[in-house]
Amino acid sequence: MKVIIMGCGRVGAQLASLLDKDGHQVTALDSDPYSFRRLPADFGGEALLGNGLDEDILKKAGIENADAFVVVTQGDNRNVMAAQIAKHIFNVPKVVCRIYDPLRRDLYAMLGLEAISPTTVFAQLLREKLEG
Amino acid sequence: MYIMIVGGGRLGYHLTQALLDEGHEILLVEKDPTICDTINSQLGSICLRGDGCEAATLEQAGTSRADMLIAVTGDDEDNLVACQVAKHKFKVPRTIARVRNPRNEYIFKKLGVDVTVSSTTIILEQIEHEVPSHALTHLLAIEDRGVEIVEIRIPDDASTVGKEIKELPLPAEARLLLTIRQDEKPFVPKAETTLAAKDQIIAAVPLEAEETFRAAMLGS
Repeated sequence: MKVIIMGCGRVGAQLASLLDKDGHQVTALDSDPYSFRRLPADFGGEALLGNGLDEDILKKAGIENADAFVVVTQGDNRNVMAAQIAKHIFNVPKVVCRIYDPLRRDLYAMLGLEAISPTTVFAQLLREKLEG
Repeated sequence: MYIMIVGGGRLGYHLTQALLDEGHEILLVEKDPTICDTINSQLGSICLRGDGCEAATLEQAGTSRADMLIAVTGDDEDNLVACQVAKHKFKVPRTIARVRNPRNEYIFKKLGVDVTVSSTTIILEQIEHEVPSHALTHLLAIEDRGVEIVEIRIPDDASTVGKEIKELPLPAEARLLLTIRQDEKPFVPKAETTLAAKDQIIAAVPLEAEETFRAAMLGS
């Protein structure tokens, strides 16, 4: 599977590493070259520098024949926008984005996006830990 | 009309002021509390502090009865999301987004924003207008009709100087609307009008015929 991961922060880099180890073709995309330090030394995928909201960069990353697009930058709206570009302009079959703000759940459902809110997930995990 | 504006920067502030002067009901949504206070003290209590991309804020602002939402923050992605929430959740009939990266215009339209205004493109065109090497300037695009209004300036060395307009291989749908000539009152050019150097011609041209039009007018 060819996967593009936009945002090479802790989560992005770790996901890139995991998918790479599983034998997938991974491209990690970030606008800050310093973030690529998080990729492991033996990372076999591609690290591409650029803004993922730019169509040319997305094409360079191979979005036209990507099977999946994951967007995990720090900006919720940036994630929403990038996910929509991938889904509605490049018709990538599987698009997942991170949205910190659980209040926006309505929004991404409305826009037909598959989104994960780490805030909600983590709060629930903590509750389970505490309540046993 | 009830108009909502998202983003209280310089553009949002002046837009609010202009629309208030025209007698519209305006609500400005701005995240920064200091900016909110300043606007409220200067323009009256019209600024709501909050995130214009959040459904909860827009709900509180009565977005569902808004006739129009205009998103003019400095971030393209925020403007997109504010318009999308207004459009899809609150069924606002018309959404307008400021776009800083001109390449986003196409994406915004495709994702459902009704009107995009690219501040960068406008500034570029204004500057191009002042650069003598640019003979053609875009004045106005009427995109849903596929037509644009352009201005063309005839350089001194153009091979069309001294020719009548009917001699020029103009695209069929192009219409010359006005000739502005030094020391003369502006006039509507006719088929027999002879082009002079430094003439400024305002024309309506189909978007796809711009290049043919330019070549016909400049003789290149």
